[in-house]
Amino acid sequence: MKKLFLSLLLVLAPGAVLASGGHGCGELPHCEHAPVNLHDKVSLQHGAKLFLSYCSGCHSAKYLRYERMSQDLDIDPKLVEKYMMFTSDKIGDPIDPKVNAKDQAKWFGNAPPDLSLETRFRSPDWLYTYLLNFYPDDKRPWGVNNRVFKDVGMPHVLQPLEQELGPEEFEAAVGDLVNFMTYMAEPIRATRERMGIWVLLFLAILMIPVWLLNKEFWKDVK
Amino acid sequence: MANIGKSLMGWVDARFPATETYEYHMSKYYAPKNFNFWYFFGVLSMIVLVNQLVTGIWLTMSYSPTGEGAYDSIEYIMRDVEYGWLLRYMHSTGASAFFVVVYLHMFRGLLYGSYKKPRELVWLFGMAIYLALMAEGFFGYLLPWGNMSYWGAQVILNLAGAVPVVGDELVTWVRGDYLISGITLNRFFALHVVAIPLVLVALVFMHLVALHHVGSNNPDGVDIKKVKDENGIPLDGVPFHPYYTVHDLVGIVVFLAVFASVIFFFPDGGGYFLEKPNFEPANPLKTPEHIAPVWYYTPFYAILRAVPSKIGGVIAMGAAIAILFVLPWLDKSPVKSIRYKGTQSKIWLTLFVISFLGLGYLGAVPSDPIKTVFSQIFTIIYFLFFLLMPFYTSMETVKPVPDRVTGGAH
Repeated sequence: MKKLFLSLLLVLAPGAVLASGGHGCGELPHCEHAPVNLHDKVSLQHGAKLFLSYCSGCHSAKYLRYERMSQDLDIDPKLVEKYMMFTSDKIGDPIDPKVNAKDQAKWFGNAPPDLSLETRFRSPDWLYTYLLNFYPDDKRPWGVNNRVFKDVGMPHVLQPLEQELGPEEFEAAVGDLVNFMTYMAEPIRATRERMGIWVLLFLAILMIPVWLLNKEFWKDVK
Repeated sequence: MANIGKSLMGWVDARFPATETYEYHMSKYYAPKNFNFWYFFGVLSMIVLVNQLVTGIWLTMSYSPTGEGAYDSIEYIMRDVEYGWLLRYMHSTGASAFFVVVYLHMFRGLLYGSYKKPRELVWLFGMAIYLALMAEGFFGYLLPWGNMSYWGAQVILNLAGAVPVVGDELVTWVRGDYLISGITLNRFFALHVVAIPLVLVALVFMHLVALHHVGSNNPDGVDIKKVKDENGIPLDGVPFHPYYTVHDLVGIVVFLAVFASVIFFFPDGGGYFLEKPNFEPANPLKTPEHIAPVWYYTPFYAILRAVPSKIGGVIAMGAAIAILFVLPWLDKSPVKSIRYKGTQSKIWLTLFVISFLGLGYLGAVPSDPIKTVFSQIFTIIYFLFFLLMPFYTSMETVKPVPDRVTGGAH
């Protein structure tokens, strides 16, 4: 048995040793911790609303369909169609403003990237810190700069929201937004984690007959 | 009912060696009874191979091997295909798991001298499998068409440019284009999905045929065929089936639990099984901040970087793999197992393991002058382990080997 645990350790060791690295946070020594909770439907719904109001005018999220979002986040499809779909009229469509990328590159310096996988490409913490760290800078075309992403082409789109809500509530709103974007990067995540528990439980129960079978066959081998 | 079954088997056996093959490889294949923990990794490699073949076949049903469609088709599999995410994670985690179990399996060989006479061919077929596996992993890594896929392939393909005179033409020929493109992706797809798997399966078959012809080694490195009972059955052997089938099942269930934990809870493997830059499509104009190969190649990548010249690095890297092939002829020890070898063998094996792990770490992180010195030291130890082996294995004093195996499987 001791050896089985050793095997477990050996199989996991390479991951554990190497599991460092990741993105830094620009000028900041480390990223803030994003409050990600994929089971918090209210937060995800609020995040979806913010994303579709503030982000999806310029950014696509072309790997997520409105319909999938509506199902996963328990948002009535009629509400999605009425209040969330500004650039499409089919609920099976992906979130995509279909703005000409060349025009966008002219306006912003770079075309705004697709955000479907942004939290997996960076990290939820990076994104959260980035969105909270815009500061006024007269030298930049939009009058703002960012501590995490120096000279970023994106204006401080959430500024009206920040002024409306005040610092504390704004932080919470950005948390919801990042939570939604974490969902968006891998819609299956909450389901797979739930499924994983059942798979491990099944294997644990399977271990009982397997262990007894082995013991029974080997008891006579001296 | 039993009679019908018997006569049916008789009919088959007269035309095809079904029972004979089953007995030869399973019910009358006598394996030493003292296999320990290290002996799980052969069968686990088989499990992972089957996992890769089955999930791979299903992935190809939805994957599009084109420069325009590859990246999108991966996300299509992850989001729109029923259980596509599971197939994909099983396959991507399976790739890493394959190397974990194969490295442990190879280490078992080093530990107990399983490569020594009469098992040289078992070792050589195994090494060929390892080479095929590295090729398979390399070709497969380009297929998601993420930015790290692209730049990883770029770095490795450019190594062919180190060949004098024809280097650049050679790189263009291998790529099939002036830069890595959909053409490269298509040929990698063909190699990953058809060519290398065929080679792999054939080599695994030969690995097993050779093994069952000479019989398995064991932690004591003694030949169990020397002591037999009146029926000619080795006293220290047990029939592979049912004894080791039920025994291996325990290891398989433990392995599956670890495997499932990664798939369901950490499919990115901390950014080492699925790397962050691969969540952005391939972009020839945007180099990732830090390009490193996947973790299972990093020891050799560190050796490549440890040598100051490009051609020298490529040669050193090739030699590091090639030298493993001649291992059976470097070990001059009269005993097989580390249990009975002398202190020098034990020290060298320990140093080798430290160097290999150290190189693995150094190949994964950005290099700096101090790390380069460490890479060079570890590279030297890596090679000395092999090059000095004929000397330290023949000069050291070994312990007496018992006639029979010690201990059982429990």
